[in-house]
Amino acid sequence: MAERSPATRRGLRFVLGGVFAFLYLPIAVLVALSFNEGGMPTAWTGFSAKWYGALLSNGDILSAAGNTLIVGTVSTLVATVLGTLLALGIETRRRKGRALEALVFAPMIIPDIVLAIALLSFFSLLKVPMGLHTIVVSHVVFNLAFVSAVVRARLKTFDWSVTEASLDLGASAFTTFRRVTLPLILPAVIAGALLAFTLSVDEFIIAFFTAGAGRASTTLPMQIFAMIRFGVTPEINALATIVMLVSVSALTLAQRLNKGVIAP
Amino acid sequence: MTPSNARSTALMAPALAWLTALMVVPCGLILALGFFRRGIYGGIEYTFTLENFGLLLDPLYAGIFLTSARIAGTATLIAVVIGYAAAYAIAAAPRHRQPFLLFLAVLPFWSNYLIRTYAWIVLLNREGLITQGLRMIGYEGEPPSLLYTEGAVITGLVYNYLPFVILACYAPLSRLNPEMAEASRDLGASPFTTFRRVILPMTLHGIAAGAVFVFVLSIGNFITPALLGGGRFQMIGNLVYAQFLTANDWPFGAALSMALIAIMMGLLTLQAMAAERGSGDRREVADG
Repeated sequence: MAERSPATRRGLRFVLGGVFAFLYLPIAVLVALSFNEGGMPTAWTGFSAKWYGALLSNGDILSAAGNTLIVGTVSTLVATVLGTLLALGIETRRRKGRALEALVFAPMIIPDIVLAIALLSFFSLLKVPMGLHTIVVSHVVFNLAFVSAVVRARLKTFDWSVTEASLDLGASAFTTFRRVTLPLILPAVIAGALLAFTLSVDEFIIAFFTAGAGRASTTLPMQIFAMIRFGVTPEINALATIVMLVSVSALTLAQRLNKGVIAP
Repeated sequence: MTPSNARSTALMAPALAWLTALMVVPCGLILALGFFRRGIYGGIEYTFTLENFGLLLDPLYAGIFLTSARIAGTATLIAVVIGYAAAYAIAAAPRHRQPFLLFLAVLPFWSNYLIRTYAWIVLLNREGLITQGLRMIGYEGEPPSLLYTEGAVITGLVYNYLPFVILACYAPLSRLNPEMAEASRDLGASPFTTFRRVILPMTLHGIAAGAVFVFVLSIGNFITPALLGGGRFQMIGNLVYAQFLTANDWPFGAALSMALIAIMMGLLTLQAMAAERGSGDRREVADG
């Protein structure tokens, strides 16, 4: 943009500083409190990692974390395969249909609560017993949409002549995919998978509605929600810090692998 | 891989089948459910009725719609003002630093929603940091109740959805041709007039896109009202939640979520129309 006066530039920096403080200070406070020995927000009594140790002896949290890892891993694997194939299919198709675009875009914009109750009604009317498996198949719905969006963006700039060359040189379609197409789009596929994993690990509403009764299929966000309702505790602060660290690492890695995954 | 419709269809088939079975059919089911009657014991009685949609107009529920719209509308307005300013500042930063600034602004949006909401409970509760801060500067007496207020709910919504607005507004702002603003200034327009008559109209579709999403995500939210509003503020999301998990009136819950989808589709259509008009205007400018 055009030249600006020093005063304007200071003003803009002030705006940006304020917005970043607003976005990051609440999380920073949470992280700081998780290391507070006394555990209360009222006084800083010294640095300690004991609240992290407390998490390790909390059976409910550990089993919820285990469930979340299962849901996140399985739904990501399925969604990555389906989403990548979907992206390849759409981008190699001659005819582009509006209905198709709407269908693959819908899972990303449909309010979680609507998809959650729709799936709950669906599973209970079909008398499908609910548990971790229903959370997994439900998470694949939005995860595959995000993976395909990331891979499609990569395919928009894909030079299809390299695959034509491979086919002309006698490689089969499968060999061409395995040796030419896949290596070229792999960073986008992995970035999409990392995004899907983060979304699944953090997802609460759909999991809450499709988990069924009982504690056996409680995921980490469900556990956190239950704990939050009893108030602020140092254990939640520690747990929240770990979850944030995992999300932020996965997202940063995704963005590094493939620019544009979470921001252009 | 050369373009071939048969192969493309085969590649898309598994994902499309998945989406059909687990999104299209369940959503169709909800649509149908809205036209059935609630059974005496909370089940579903398969007789056609429009009662559930009529119930939406009941003053009690219409009131909740209005409260939700007021809270979501306020959150949207605040998020748009702050988000636009932030996006403007990012677009004005040196080009090589913009991707990093944008990444920092958007990063929280993709991380855990519950935890970001919880962070505000830590700040706003009676023994929270804001009360501590007030005490430190000499405030005595009963700490103000910050949590479980409409303000807390709005703050939580703005906090959670602000990154989205920044992203939506940044796109048109970064593509803005600086010569346009210069031309306006050279022709004697004040900075404010230049902003209002040149920059704002050219970036309006970004604002509209951001606003629609904040509004729709806010109005259908149930986590933030439940946690920061302490259940005192019912929004449509909470109402849907209650119909399915406590009141056991699934047909009414289905009708409510259809209303939610209708609001979303309506706003998205309006936004698409505005975007279409906006791009038409730009073409005229380019041609003329």
